[in-house]
Amino acid sequence: MILTLGEFSMLDISGIKRLQFDVLVIGAGGAGLSAAISASQEEGIRVGLVCKSLLGKAHTVMAEGGMAAALGNVDDRDDWKIHFRDTMRGGKMLNNWKMAEIHARNAPERVRELEHWGAVFDRTRDGLINQRNFGGHRYPRLAHVGDRTGLEMIRTLQDHGIHQGIDIQMECTALDILKDKSGKVSGIVSMYRETGEFIVFETKTLIFATGGAGKSWEVTSNSWEYTGDGYGMAYEAGAELIDMEFNQFHPTGMVWPPSVKGILVTEGVRGEGGILKNSEGKRFMFDYIPEKFANETADTEEEAARWLKGDKSARRPPELLTRDVVARAINTEVKAGRGSVHGGAYLDIATQRSAEDIKRKLPSMYHQFKILAELDITKEAMEVGPTCHYFMGGIKVDAETSMTNIDGLFACGEAAGGMHGANRLGGNSLSDLLVFGNLSGVEAAKYAKKLKSIPKSDDEDIKRIIKSATSILNREKGNNPYLIHEDLQKNMQYNVGIIRTKDEIADGIERIEKMKEEFKEVKAPGTSQFNPGWHEALALRNLLISSEAVAKSALLREESRGAHTREDFPTERKEWLEYNIINKKGTGGEMETVKVKRSEPDNELKRIASSSIEDLEKEVKLDHQK
Amino acid sequence: MKERDFKIYRGDDERGELVNYKCNVSEGMVVLDVIHRIQADQANDLACRWNCKAGKCGSCSVEINGKPRLACMTRMNELDDNETVVITPLKSFPVMKDIVSDVSWNYEQNQKIKPFSPSKKDTEKDFVMMQKDVDRVQHFRKCIECYLCQNMCHVIRDNEGKDKFAGPRYMTRLASLEMHPMDNADRIEDVKDLHGSGMCNITRCCTEVCPEEIQITDDAIIPLKERVVDRFYDPIMMLFRKLFGKKKETTN
Repeated sequence: MILTLGEFSMLDISGIKRLQFDVLVIGAGGAGLSAAISASQEEGIRVGLVCKSLLGKAHTVMAEGGMAAALGNVDDRDDWKIHFRDTMRGGKMLNNWKMAEIHARNAPERVRELEHWGAVFDRTRDGLINQRNFGGHRYPRLAHVGDRTGLEMIRTLQDHGIHQGIDIQMECTALDILKDKSGKVSGIVSMYRETGEFIVFETKTLIFATGGAGKSWEVTSNSWEYTGDGYGMAYEAGAELIDMEFNQFHPTGMVWPPSVKGILVTEGVRGEGGILKNSEGKRFMFDYIPEKFANETADTEEEAARWLKGDKSARRPPELLTRDVVARAINTEVKAGRGSVHGGAYLDIATQRSAEDIKRKLPSMYHQFKILAELDITKEAMEVGPTCHYFMGGIKVDAETSMTNIDGLFACGEAAGGMHGANRLGGNSLSDLLVFGNLSGVEAAKYAKKLKSIPKSDDEDIKRIIKSATSILNREKGNNPYLIHEDLQKNMQYNVGIIRTKDEIADGIERIEKMKEEFKEVKAPGTSQFNPGWHEALALRNLLISSEAVAKSALLREESRGAHTREDFPTERKEWLEYNIINKKGTGGEMETVKVKRSEPDNELKRIASSSIEDLEKEVKLDHQK
Repeated sequence: MKERDFKIYRGDDERGELVNYKCNVSEGMVVLDVIHRIQADQANDLACRWNCKAGKCGSCSVEINGKPRLACMTRMNELDDNETVVITPLKSFPVMKDIVSDVSWNYEQNQKIKPFSPSKKDTEKDFVMMQKDVDRVQHFRKCIECYLCQNMCHVIRDNEGKDKFAGPRYMTRLASLEMHPMDNADRIEDVKDLHGSGMCNITRCCTEVCPEEIQITDDAIIPLKERVVDRFYDPIMMLFRKLFGKKKETTN
């Protein structure tokens, strides 16, 4: 049914297209594809996959550096316990303990599975999957393919997935969740972008693999798709959002020319030996080593150089500290007037590795700078600065099932919160997508099997959702969605950016309130056919919800931890380690932001995470001998 | 900052026209930035596909002054200073709207390819593959599926050719599977019959437009053609196979 513009009070939905599923996955990046594949392995389960773009174009394709898994191919001292400890420390101990454990234990198996499905990773001398160094990881741990690991991952999942009997719906935007009278998931109303035609997917379960909301900021590595659709829809349906104040600013985004500002420069550059310098030519990261990591970080250039050559007794260079630390350091250098010509830091690989090595290990970085910045990274230093990259927070799920507080609604990947705590380690995202994509698919299929039939949706809900979408086209005149979005991005950049203070955040929230009002009168000219203005307006609601949750959580958390930095509370505060912040829709329709006490961790996990590295290495050595 | 002239196709597959726009262009801008600026300020409903904006996803394929390009990787300063920049959709596929093409035919071709098939025994342990044995396969796997090669292929431009030839993108994928050290499937007969390798007459147009600089013709299509010849047209090989049974050729 193509809805023409006009009278909607009498909206007739009897002719609307309906499709039925047991498991419907929203989002076709690494997590969504993994979820759909694992659900489809269960006999008799009808699986659908909805993607906003064409299949194979989701944001996972942009991931560069690799996926972290304790395979131990390069350094056999590695083990899930050490990966787990690194992850917890990187997340400033705020991670969901159980999720971090499940992730570290299962990542190796998932990476091997990907290889068995056709991924061709770079090899070690012995012909095994090669692993590279990355920030916060004790050993070389990232399985990779040059600097295009995400492409390898998505293509492998895509080419494997299309033979698993999954019904794939491309260029289709999900609008809102449907529930039955008892509150169980019963479906989702969606819209085909090409035609503007609405469709109702009736389903026993939904898996949200919808990514984050990085498009809320001005300088971002994220594409147009990253508008927090999953956060917005889940929130509206009554799900809880957790840890939304933790937004990762990747330390190295391009800063010049302006049109490419924010585009990602992989951490792999530093993993391969790249160093950071300020305008005075000083390698400044030695000045920013946090006490917690001092034992495990090189304190001289000489030691860092030995580490790069493979000396196992040398400690890691400070450029490989966690992302929050490096991003803040660059920010501080620039503020102190020691920034690069265009307001960043210099990232130099040219003096550290041969031109041949650089082109072999970092081909797409070479290509990207050559074309977009007319700069040869084998000869000159790059200019880089922080760019919004990732949401640690997201939809709150149960660690062992990935289900939310709504029966039948699951979430995984960046859309889900908890696993990464206050800061994610590089490389832990791709492995997260595989591990929790797989888990949520299995669990959703299990849940679906227990239901005899698809819960019944209310037609009035369907009408309401369609009306709210079409009103954007139908109103005579109104506000330009692109301009509201630009305002929002500026607001988040300025008021809820990398360094935050109470007054600015409060101002940011006030402005978001105004934008919410403007949004009520948003207007997209044109018809419903492939109309980016309309799509932009539909995404705005979700961007606004995500941004409001970020800002309100950031205001409440009066400490600095991981990626959340409060200038007015510059240190970690012990009492805050006991709480997560949750956002949910209140009974009056307003957003409620509350502190929730974390549950006590399992003693064994607590012991592993707080062991000294020496003790844990001894323990792992014994484990491996057994 | 300089004001430049643009002509952008507006319409669908049946009717449409080139519409004039003016846009200020500043240092470093690429064609996709211009499209976005025009979309935000002058034509909210101008349809355009894009994702990564860094040449990694292959979504923003269009024709710029008649040449198939990625809009995100075409810098304005490569184009002549005073010329009007003409942006049109890919010619070989139906227009969906404005500069967005319906590329679903490509997904249908991919579906027909026998997937990666390792032996059960091999998947019970870690794969052991030497780097030199996977270099070529990795080279093929750089493909971002932008379909510029498909668009450029004269066999596919001709609509009837679409029934006979899967196109350079899928020859590359077939080659990557055939040369994968752990793959056990046999696709050579399919390469000839189902995917139509014989339709390519090696004009190398596909290789020229590949943004990833994959040597599609020399490294993928020609080796596949050779395997087809060895299998179906070489009398000595045919006798050999009769005597010793059908075996998959080794990778190179």
